[in-house]
Amino acid sequence: MTTTHPAPDVADSSDTPDGGTIADSTMWTSRLRRAWMSKLPPEKLLPDRQPAYVASWIYVFGVLTLAAFLVVIVTGLVLAFAGPAWYHTSWLGHFTNSLHFWSVQLFFVFMVIHLWGKFWMAAWRGRRAMTWITGVVAFLASIGTAFTGYLVQTNFDSQWISFEAKDGLNAVGIGAFFNVTDLGQMLLLHACLLPLVVGVIAVWHVLLVRLRGVVPPIDAVDPADRADVRTDLLAARPDDTPVPEARP
Amino acid sequence: MDHTYQLAGMNDPATYLDLGWLSISVANLVVILVMIVIFLLAILLPFPKDRDHS
Amino acid sequence: MTTVTDKPRSTDIAARDWKGPWRRYDIVKEGVIAVVVVSILTVLLAGLFSSPDEPQLTFQGWATSAPDNFYATAVQELAGTSESAGYGPPYNTAADGVSIGPIAPQQWFGVTHPVDAANDFVLTPLRSQQQSADVTDALATWDGAAADQQTSWATDYDTALTDAGGDLKQIAPGDYGPVPVLAQGLTDMAAAGALDGILISQGGFYQTDFTKQILFLGDGSYLDDAATAAHLQGNTWGMMNETGSYPGQAWLWLYSFWYQIPTFNSDNPDDYLTSHADAVIFYIMALLSLILLLLPFIPGLRSIPRWIPIHRLIWRDYYRSQHRT
Repeated sequence: MTTTHPAPDVADSSDTPDGGTIADSTMWTSRLRRAWMSKLPPEKLLPDRQPAYVASWIYVFGVLTLAAFLVVIVTGLVLAFAGPAWYHTSWLGHFTNSLHFWSVQLFFVFMVIHLWGKFWMAAWRGRRAMTWITGVVAFLASIGTAFTGYLVQTNFDSQWISFEAKDGLNAVGIGAFFNVTDLGQMLLLHACLLPLVVGVIAVWHVLLVRLRGVVPPIDAVDPADRADVRTDLLAARPDDTPVPEARP
Repeated sequence: MDHTYQLAGMNDPATYLDLGWLSISVANLVVILVMIVIFLLAILLPFPKDRDHS
Repeated sequence: MTTVTDKPRSTDIAARDWKGPWRRYDIVKEGVIAVVVVSILTVLLAGLFSSPDEPQLTFQGWATSAPDNFYATAVQELAGTSESAGYGPPYNTAADGVSIGPIAPQQWFGVTHPVDAANDFVLTPLRSQQQSADVTDALATWDGAAADQQTSWATDYDTALTDAGGDLKQIAPGDYGPVPVLAQGLTDMAAAGALDGILISQGGFYQTDFTKQILFLGDGSYLDDAATAAHLQGNTWGMMNETGSYPGQAWLWLYSFWYQIPTFNSDNPDDYLTSHADAVIFYIMALLSLILLLLPFIPGLRSIPRWIPIHRLIWRDYYRSQHRT
């Protein structure tokens, strides 16, 4: 039998609007939740609008990169499930390998075009340096991940690439603990560790974009700064409520 | 090994364009040129206007 | 209720919340469309072009298609004159490794993947299976000799073989001990396919580290010639290339670029930049990557988008709407 207890009738434990109690303000959980909700409320995480200047096809290359990453992961999971030698002898394996190969090519094509766009937009402006930095780290980590992928093909290409790459890495000491001729090490890095690293950095990067918003145009003017603000500059929003941050 | 799905010749040695110090495979050159074209199209092609809500 | 952290009103408009006009944006729909488009593109490309899979090289292939080169390489492994035998860290202490001034990480980290070319590539494989009488006798002769004697037999034979241009009939008479028989024994083992299996197992059962195989394979010309034929050599932009007619790694163009510069791949092994190319180029690329990473903080570089105003094309609708007011 369950008993229900009515909320105690004391001032210091009355409910707050977000479902917590005043006594919760010292709790790590509620403090984390409040910090998250103030910085990244659902309207910012899953927006249904964006600034009117986000109106160019160059803006689709970030999401195309993410989509390609998803296809790379899914095809990679299939290859991982069947083991590294499967695709040499199976028709389906070879097709899966082809999907993985071309999705990686698309991944880099879209990522580099995205990088070009963000450079020419100087997208690091307005406290967005970390967005740029996480993007570059994701790029470099992706190159490293792809490199380990080439090493675990278990064919002639892997033999040559490992033979050549060892010299560059040995010359700077990295070869002492990152052994490109060790298939076991390279396979586990490629299939486990590095995709996780790229994924975590990509998530961080996307959250930063959601947090800061899409960078305004170079030399953009804040309507509030203009003495002669004209109402036709401010197009009507889908609904008349104020900006999300102040919405109850 | 079943190669039904490849265009004839994908496993043949590539054609390389040797222009002095630069030597590039046709495949890589195509990829790079396509990227440049896509970038130019992306910044030049008009983007659909927002639906009017006034 | 969500609470607002009011940002101080900064002079940098890019840092403020956008107070200007908005447009509709369906982020979920955009993501789904992107996944569908990329999936279709991937299936099309995979269906039309397939993917490269050049068969792996084997020691059997080497010993049957280029037996003279295999034989000569086996001699070099015994003599300690092969690239692997004289590599240095992380494989052995035969050389110091590459250093740029006091920066010598190759030495600092030492030998972490020990490779003893003569034993790992030649003698242990020979000992691991039943051999003909002459090879068995040759092994016994080798094992019974002092290290100095072993070295002089092998280096003398290596020199004689090189002088004879690899032609066994032209070798000058000399005291080469059991070396010719050992080298021939290994060549026969490799041609029969036994060497591939023995190098994989290396006296054990499970094995996932192919360091010894790759080093041995690369000591001869078999792997190198195959790479040259596939346009994969470093000084022909090989780092960017793929086997067959497939696109390679175009994103490695800048790393590959430095190896094309004659100062980094001259024929003179005493040239500093040539002999230290791998380290120097790695450090150059690390520096350039750091510059790309820290671009927002680098004056001049971060202003390039302002000086070359491609952004005026990207945001032309916005600038037009500004101009109208």
